[in-house]
Amino acid sequence: MIELSSVDKTYNAGKANEYRAGRGVDLRIKPGRVTALRGPSGSGKTTLLGLIGGLTRPSSGRVRLDGRDISALPERFLTELRRATFGFVFQQFQLIRGLSVLENVMLPAAPTGEPHRQVVERAMDLLGQLDLADRADTPCQRLSGGEAQRVAIARALINDPPILIADEPTAHLDSALSLQILAILGELRAQGRTLIVSSHDPLVFDAGLVEHIVDLRDGRVVAEQ
Amino acid sequence: MRAWIERQRCLIDFSVANLGRRKARNLGLLGAYILLVFLLASVVLYGDALRREARLLLADAPDIVVQRLSAGRHDLIAADRLDALRALRGVRRADGRLWGYHYDPTLAANTTLQVPLVNPPGPGETVLGATLARARGLNPGDTLALRGDDGAIRAFRITGLLSSASELVSADLMLVNEADYRAFFGIPAGFYTDLALTVGNPAEAGKIAEKILTRQPGSRVILKDEMRRTYDAVFNWRQGLLLTFLGTVLAAFALLAWDKASGLSAEERREIGILKAIGWETGDVMRMKFWEGALLSTCAFLAGYVLAYLHVFHGGGALFEPILKGWSVLYPKFTLTPQIDLMQLASLFFLSVLPYTAATLAPVWRAATLDPDEVMRE
Ligand SMILES: Nc1ncnc2c1ncn2[C@@H]1O[C@H](COP(=O)(O)OP(=O)(O)O)[C@@H](O)[C@H]1O
Ligand SMILES: [Mg+2]
Repeated sequence: MIELSSVDKTYNAGKANEYRAGRGVDLRIKPGRVTALRGPSGSGKTTLLGLIGGLTRPSSGRVRLDGRDISALPERFLTELRRATFGFVFQQFQLIRGLSVLENVMLPAAPTGEPHRQVVERAMDLLGQLDLADRADTPCQRLSGGEAQRVAIARALINDPPILIADEPTAHLDSALSLQILAILGELRAQGRTLIVSSHDPLVFDAGLVEHIVDLRDGRVVAEQ
Repeated sequence: MRAWIERQRCLIDFSVANLGRRKARNLGLLGAYILLVFLLASVVLYGDALRREARLLLADAPDIVVQRLSAGRHDLIAADRLDALRALRGVRRADGRLWGYHYDPTLAANTTLQVPLVNPPGPGETVLGATLARARGLNPGDTLALRGDDGAIRAFRITGLLSSASELVSADLMLVNEADYRAFFGIPAGFYTDLALTVGNPAEAGKIAEKILTRQPGSRVILKDEMRRTYDAVFNWRQGLLLTFLGTVLAAFALLAWDKASGLSAEERREIGILKAIGWETGDVMRMKFWEGALLSTCAFLAGYVLAYLHVFHGGGALFEPILKGWSVLYPKFTLTPQIDLMQLASLFFLSVLPYTAATLAPVWRAATLDPDEVMRE
């Protein structure tokens, strides 16, 4: 269970270009379900995902994970908690060029100290499930958009996190590929993972996958269903 | 502990992959780095080796050498002076020495003929310095023929080679017995090249020297201590010069590294952001970058040091010979005795590895402490 109460996020506070990307957000996200943040570009979806996943701290208000206030945790603990709890799929894939698919997927496991062989095994397993087994040694920059998105998903799952956060997972893909990604998300949901996505792609909402829709506008929650 | 090792291993794996990604840049950097370490290590190794040779050379030198000057030039000295010297308080031993130079046209260099004070070779026999034997392609059992000062050719059978800890000491040396020596140079009995004194207490050498000068005017007195200081001064000065020069180069290189690193490219910043966002701590990023810098600079150090070692001890320090060795004409070719000093190795290591690694880490630290949500925006 993730709870946000009166969360504000102000960028460049006190400067001329101050911008309030989150305003008094109250939100509860239940485990094991698919939640989607919906809103036009600039409405604050990415900002809110960052707050939920502990990538950034609120300017005011609280973010609680299973009752524990994570907004006040020191960096080390926050990072550890994030690593154990969340997998992130960023909007621009954010793979590291020059490294192979396998190396990219293994990256989040490097600081855990888990035996190398074990990580390789799990990574290959994930790549197999996502139909990427034969691409393991391919440098990332050679992947197509659909492949890159699946690699990003595999990387988000390498530490087996209970919660997956995906920022506009279909934004750069055509309909066929979008449906493929949605199918993968459906499977992850079936495995019992909590999914939190952002999107303004109707395809996502028509797929019948999303159980909880949060409508955003100008950093505010305007509706929930 | 196991987890720690696994973690470092993963970070190192990633560092290696990372270095491989920017091949051209890193190879260029590695090359420049190797060159720098090579030059630095060459100077240090060469200078130290020379100093050590000089010290060995002086170790066997007498405490005081007395020469006779005639019109300001070194001349033969009469043997009867020895008794007067032995009578001086504090002098333990006094011996007449016989040595001299023979210009060898085949080698276009001087050979030093010397009569050893103990165990002289038999008549018609000689013991050669290893460098000299090598230069002439001679082995024990061979015969060496030289034209003496009277024009007559004399043959010496080589009975052995000088195996000295220092090649500089024995490089051009040719040991013969007294009769052969006197015949070769035409020096009558009762005269020596110079006289060598051993004193009971080296601290008194200066006082004894003064006494000799007053009692035997027209002498030149050379103290071992003075010789040592002269050698050291010469080497220190020359080495200092080179080190200053290299220091400048080193500073320039550090600046370059700093400049390269502090201007972390947008790409590198983005990557650090990604790593932080997917669960790396600032410390993990730093460790990875540390390994990256340490691997590069350690490789450069090892390669540079090995090259310098080969250069100095197997290549005769070809690059520095004219600068560091003032009397290179005398020794056309000699090999320095290889030696590695751990202290020196360690200081070279830290001097070359630490600055670079530190210079790369500083800017990374700045980037790595940023909020990781930066990657979420584009
Ligand atoms: N670091 C930042 N500094 C200043 N403004 C920002 C920053 N990040 C986001 N914003 C602004 O906050 C608003 C919300 O951004 P974002 O959360 O990315 O929205 P969305 O993901 O819905 O497009 C946008 O107007 C954006 O320009
Ligand atoms: Mg966005």
